[in-house]
Amino acid sequence: MTTDITQLIWIFMIFITLFLISGFYCMVMSFNLIRTLIGLEILIKVATLFIVLAGHVTGNTALAQALVVTLIVIEVVVMVVAGGLVLCIYRSNRTINANELVNRKG
Amino acid sequence: MGLKIFLLIMLLMAIVWTVMTPRLLRSVVGLAAVSVILSMIMFYMDSPLAAVFELSVCAGLIPVIFFTTISFTQRVGQEELIERKKIIFRQYVYLPIILAVVAVVMLLSKPVVDFVFPTAPVVQDVRKVLWDDRHLDLLGQIIIILAGALGIVALFKETKK
Repeated sequence: MTTDITQLIWIFMIFITLFLISGFYCMVMSFNLIRTLIGLEILIKVATLFIVLAGHVTGNTALAQALVVTLIVIEVVVMVVAGGLVLCIYRSNRTINANELVNRKG
Repeated sequence: MGLKIFLLIMLLMAIVWTVMTPRLLRSVVGLAAVSVILSMIMFYMDSPLAAVFELSVCAGLIPVIFFTTISFTQRVGQEELIERKKIIFRQYVYLPIILAVVAVVMLLSKPVVDFVFPTAPVVQDVRKVLWDDRHLDLLGQIIIILAGALGIVALFKETKK
């Protein structure tokens, strides 16, 4: 039983590592602000998966679900505000390329 | 176990497609697909309430936010799109290689941590946990939603001329 759960955790750990690398790579390599937000969204989804895995293996799914609900609410607010910020940047600079925003006066 | 691994492989493919596709709209559709597959995994891992939230909010609402943001920006021309495809290919060509190397290294190694699981009984009713044990979280959520609404109002406030 414990061996099965350890194996399940290890398989999930492998995939979670791959998802984390993909999200970080998307955030670091892209200069498009919307694509950076998509990378952030992938990282948040990885955190969600990790919480659900922790709840599943410890048998404490109720607490895990409560935390996931909180995480999803915060995720939506972050995305809405970040989307608004991207739009404001686009309105004032006519670009969402981070490379072209480095010489702003601030 | 087999179904979970199949769903995890699907999730990895959806994430890689989301990251590597040159068009932003397709990338957002990929993100919605990621949410759908993730909610299926959650359902199979005994978290149906979280799965429903993930499906309705992350696969439904967040793509709409992204679509709205993208639709307010300028459309790219055909030449610019071809140029962008080249740039994205150059930027992301190393991602599948890195993922393959990390996956092979982790598959060949053995788990180094010996997991210890709690034996104490836990509360199984999510409503009880959410309303009784984690009620400060709910207060925090309300404050964050209000802060988000105020932030959007401040961002899009019309200036008087």
